[in-house]
Amino acid sequence: MTELLLLSATGLMLSLFLGLLRVLLGPSAGDRMLATQLIGTAGVGILLPLSLLLDQPALIDVALLLALLAAVATAAFTGQQKARHD
Amino acid sequence: MNTTSLLVFDGLLLFSIVGLAWASLATTDERRSVILFMAFGLVLAVAWARLLAPDVALAEAAIGAGLSGALLLAAARKQPRLLSPESTKSSRHPDGAKVSVVSRWAVTLLSAALAGTLAWALLHAFSSTPHDMLPRAISGNLASSGVSNPVTAVLLNFRAYDTLLELAVLLTAVLGIFALGQATPGYQPAGPIFDGLVRWLVPVLILTAGYLLWVGAHAPGGAFQAGATLAAAGVVLRLAGRSRIGVPDGFVLRIVMAAGVGVFLLVGLTLLLLGRPFLGYPPAWAGALILLIETAAMLSIAATLLLAFVGGQLQLAGVNAAANRQREEMS
Amino acid sequence: MIDLASSILILAGLFFYLAGSIGLLRLPDLYTRLHALTKADNLGLGLLAAGLALHSQHLLTSLKLLLIWLAVLAASATSAHLIARQARRQETKH
Repeated sequence: MTELLLLSATGLMLSLFLGLLRVLLGPSAGDRMLATQLIGTAGVGILLPLSLLLDQPALIDVALLLALLAAVATAAFTGQQKARHD
Repeated sequence: MNTTSLLVFDGLLLFSIVGLAWASLATTDERRSVILFMAFGLVLAVAWARLLAPDVALAEAAIGAGLSGALLLAAARKQPRLLSPESTKSSRHPDGAKVSVVSRWAVTLLSAALAGTLAWALLHAFSSTPHDMLPRAISGNLASSGVSNPVTAVLLNFRAYDTLLELAVLLTAVLGIFALGQATPGYQPAGPIFDGLVRWLVPVLILTAGYLLWVGAHAPGGAFQAGATLAAAGVVLRLAGRSRIGVPDGFVLRIVMAAGVGVFLLVGLTLLLLGRPFLGYPPAWAGALILLIETAAMLSIAATLLLAFVGGQLQLAGVNAAANRQREEMS
Repeated sequence: MIDLASSILILAGLFFYLAGSIGLLRLPDLYTRLHALTKADNLGLGLLAAGLALHSQHLLTSLKLLLIWLAVLAASATSAHLIARQARRQETKH
């Protein structure tokens, strides 16, 4: 089981790295934003087996927080600001 | 633990961190660098987790993933779209040419000196034998500190004075934010999909904040992480175009802003009056006092971070609304 | 037996994650990349969380894993919608 956890953590890290390439390349801002979303979800995915490997149950809490806040950055990116009326 | 496999993991992680840091500073487009910086924060949270620092990873997740991205994006929007190469090169300006070369060399030399000092310190740390004076002192006194999480014990008991001063710094920051004047106008009301997300996300975030505050006594968590999560809930409400975002108005807001430092000082002074040292909790009461201080600190931190995102004083129903209506009628 | 089921789920989750990231790199357009992203987010994380939930000893951990999956499900669906809508807005502007 430990080897499988190691494999999944490393594989997910690779997935994060691939998302990183899209963040650096992606021609439009939307491409970068969706790659950031993948990095976030890959981060959540990495923390889960990592918490078992390193024997730190608190990392599940970190994953939970990352998962909850995943949409906030995208919402900030796409939100339309009201016109200032003075 | 198979060290070879984690080596690949660590290598990829290192490359990602350095690559993202470099890229976010090297781009000329401000929005692009903000997005890269957000991704950097996410990868940094994983790095903290890998370094067995879950408290810091929690804080990085709350701030880096949620708040700092929203804050920087809101700020970047007000700037012109591209930092054009002409505006950054002052060599075309005859007077500015000399100053810019000198200051560039100064900054380069200072950065090199800093990097050299850090490299020397790192090598020195590797070569010297490790000593565990501090961890032994902490674990020796943990039983009488009132909590079982050593990080909380250090922050709220052994070095409580430092935390008090940090909260005072946050209070000063809020006063600075208030000096900026009116808040930014806010966001358009959200469509049905985002609104549906907000409806359940905000209560869950509030519950998570309470959970993090409570669990901080015996597991990673604490006032700062809880406060950042609460602030994220308010940010989500504001991004969805709601007018009420959980920040109280008027007198109650001042109480909440001052609560972090205020409760801390009250506890310290009361203990002083009772004949104990300043912030020297009696072991029987330590747990309860720490929880009390942390609750007040959580509210203060949440209000500060939320007001920083909002960018000034909020216009709320009441006196301000009446004044605005008058102004609109007259124009 | 549970270990076998758990391992299969974890490997399946890993497969979807990697497939999603490769899709993110190779697909030609923003909208097609969003397709790849949501597969990685929903299926990848869901299967991974399910496999780990089977493996874990504590009920609380399994509940947290379920909550993580649900949160990412909703958040990534909303994010994909917001990004696609924003891209559409940029297109019609130019």
